[in-house]
Amino acid sequence: MSDPVAQLIFLIIKAIVMPVLIILIVAFAIFFERKFAGFFAGRVGPTYLGPWGSLQSFGDIFKLISKEDLIPAKSDKPVFKLAPYIAFVPVFLVMAVIPFGPVGGEANLFGYRFDYVIASFDAGLVLFLAMGAMAVYGVVLGGWSSNSNYSLLGGLRAGAQMISYELAMGFSAAGVMLMAGSMSLIDIVDGQAGNFWDWYWIPQIVGGLVFFVASIAELNRTPFDLAEAEQELVAGHLTEYSGMRWGMFYFAEYVNLVVVSMIVSTLYLGGWRAPLEVLDFIPGPIWLFLKICFLIFVYMWVRWTIIRYRYNQLMSIGWKVLLPLSIANLLVTAVVISAVN
Amino acid sequence: MSGTQDTQGLVRAAQALSRRPSLEELRERKDRTRRHLEPTGDVMTISMGPQHPSMHGVYRAVLDLDGEVILAVRPEIGNLHRGVEKLCEHRTYHQIIPLTDRLDYISGFAMNHGFCEAAEKLMGVEVPARGRYIRTMTHELCRISNHILWLGTSIMDLGTQTFFTICFRDREYVLDLFEMLTGARMTHSFARIGGVAKDLPDGFDHRCRKVIDFLPKRLAEYERIIKQNRIFLKRAKNVGIFTSEDCHAWRVTGPTLRAAGIARDLRKDEPYAAYPEVEFDVAVEYNADVYDRFLVRMKEMRESCKIIRQCLDKMPPGPFLAPDAAHSLPMKKNVLRDSAAMIQDFYQVFRGPQVPRGSVYRCVEAPKGEMGVYIRSEGGAKPARVRFSTPSFYHGQAVPALVEGEMVADMIAIFASVDVVLGDCDR
Repeated sequence: MSDPVAQLIFLIIKAIVMPVLIILIVAFAIFFERKFAGFFAGRVGPTYLGPWGSLQSFGDIFKLISKEDLIPAKSDKPVFKLAPYIAFVPVFLVMAVIPFGPVGGEANLFGYRFDYVIASFDAGLVLFLAMGAMAVYGVVLGGWSSNSNYSLLGGLRAGAQMISYELAMGFSAAGVMLMAGSMSLIDIVDGQAGNFWDWYWIPQIVGGLVFFVASIAELNRTPFDLAEAEQELVAGHLTEYSGMRWGMFYFAEYVNLVVVSMIVSTLYLGGWRAPLEVLDFIPGPIWLFLKICFLIFVYMWVRWTIIRYRYNQLMSIGWKVLLPLSIANLLVTAVVISAVN
Repeated sequence: MSGTQDTQGLVRAAQALSRRPSLEELRERKDRTRRHLEPTGDVMTISMGPQHPSMHGVYRAVLDLDGEVILAVRPEIGNLHRGVEKLCEHRTYHQIIPLTDRLDYISGFAMNHGFCEAAEKLMGVEVPARGRYIRTMTHELCRISNHILWLGTSIMDLGTQTFFTICFRDREYVLDLFEMLTGARMTHSFARIGGVAKDLPDGFDHRCRKVIDFLPKRLAEYERIIKQNRIFLKRAKNVGIFTSEDCHAWRVTGPTLRAAGIARDLRKDEPYAAYPEVEFDVAVEYNADVYDRFLVRMKEMRESCKIIRQCLDKMPPGPFLAPDAAHSLPMKKNVLRDSAAMIQDFYQVFRGPQVPRGSVYRCVEAPKGEMGVYIRSEGGAKPARVRFSTPSFYHGQAVPALVEGEMVADMIAIFASVDVVLGDCDR
């Protein structure tokens, strides 16, 4: 078997296994979200289905599939049906460019080279930002097509929020890009070789925090969950959705959670690398998985602890705090790098 | 050197303490925080409620929005109208009591209490000391349960659910006390004309003390979570300013009025039950915003704990129900033993109390505000007219004045902060 054929087979295997794995992670992320919410609130969370309630998400999926698919009479039906897919597909695409282990180098599997990434793409970071911007179309269109004022307000809020926070996110990620000298996520992880103090979170601490905060907004989670602010807009853009269409939005949100956690760990926490070089014998995917788990926990922790911002406060944080900080971070990074070289 | 710094610090502290905004200042601040938009052609109308997650029941507010700013609000009430006042005209005074705790079902004790106070004034019934103390205690317990529920739901309306369940966890201890005392957790119907239905059960004293010893610790925990929380401060400070003159204009009472700097509390101003005999402070704050309403209620819960402790300490022995055969029910334990009590029971249940002609108005400080009861009697066992002036009704009607010019998210916070329960509002 020649090497290209082997690579093709590997690619097909990776392209099937990765999404399945992510979906499994998502299913358990939903379960853990509920369990953690319970713990934070002094409750027990789900307990009935499976040991410790762990199969709760699968029960949810069956329930959602079996529910009636309601479409509002005066909605824009084609757009209404399309919107969940627009929200769902882009977040999956980002996964292709995130390395979950070493890429390149010598043969490591049955005499062939196995790259721990689905697509070695030179502009992975840009793809992530672009897909994040695509996904918001799902929300905006869903809100627009529902023919409900709550949905419309939710969709508009999501759109405005995305524009404000995408900028800060892009600028802070640009700091990492400068340090690695590349937009490829593979090169960015390679740039963080060594122990955990060699990762980018120390030189890029400001950018990292800005990126993290902006990513909460991108994920639509408290304190920035204004698009579906339950207490104000009922469920924002999701108000008119039911059954599996609603489920797809919900699912996309959690896939996005996993993907954004992967991106944050790739950019700032060394990706698949072990925190200490002596721990390198543990394979990369496991380290990436642990980092994702940690970040998902932090996202949940934030969500279940604090209060939501108001719309204009959200805007002023985005434009007056995060954006200047991220630009300053980019400038300082650029100056320091050019001074060092 | 350090001495002068200390004095400066003290001076600053004193200034901070005396920084009570004047009415003009508050008016000006209110004017500044509200957005005065000229209505353009693009007005979006949203019907918020009656089915809406944060309308606290079935309140409906039709909002005219310009973007996110509220131009006008048209409140709509009556979705929970049950005709309580009309029902009262066809029931004897004893039978009205279970209707009253369905007004504000969150604080049933206070509603029972208010009606019984009015009826007693009409009939000239003297409540024995033990009855008064038990009433005072239950009234304060229900104030605590009401305020904890308010705290949980109003913080939830700002967007966090965790705090809500934490509050409900602690409200449960108070509800357990209610269950021990009355057998019911929400609609107690515990007060009777001339006293209360039952004596304190065995072990109640001990359990109640345990709860009020530990509640202040929990209140401190709540304050640690949100009092200095930056986002909470941003969402609550200078939001929904409602000055004392606004409160008077819209007859807004209770914690909202006290947060506007008016130390009006019927427990002090027109004392009833055992309030003259216990010591407590009236919680007053001065900035008239959502945050100060929160502070007032936190303080009130602490004062309530104080009152309950004093009631338990001073709890007098003796009867808990007035020995007034013409107007009140006999003590239940005597009914099957004592022929006079049995006759009284039959008489009161089948005929009802014989009430002189006349009318009476009495109001009590319910947890949400002043709860007034007007009764007009034309003789006989049934009132000719009963009118409840419940706080939520007035708070509900003041919503347009409270929220116009604020943003949608603030409307939710403000609506929560004045504490409206629709059972109380619609009656």
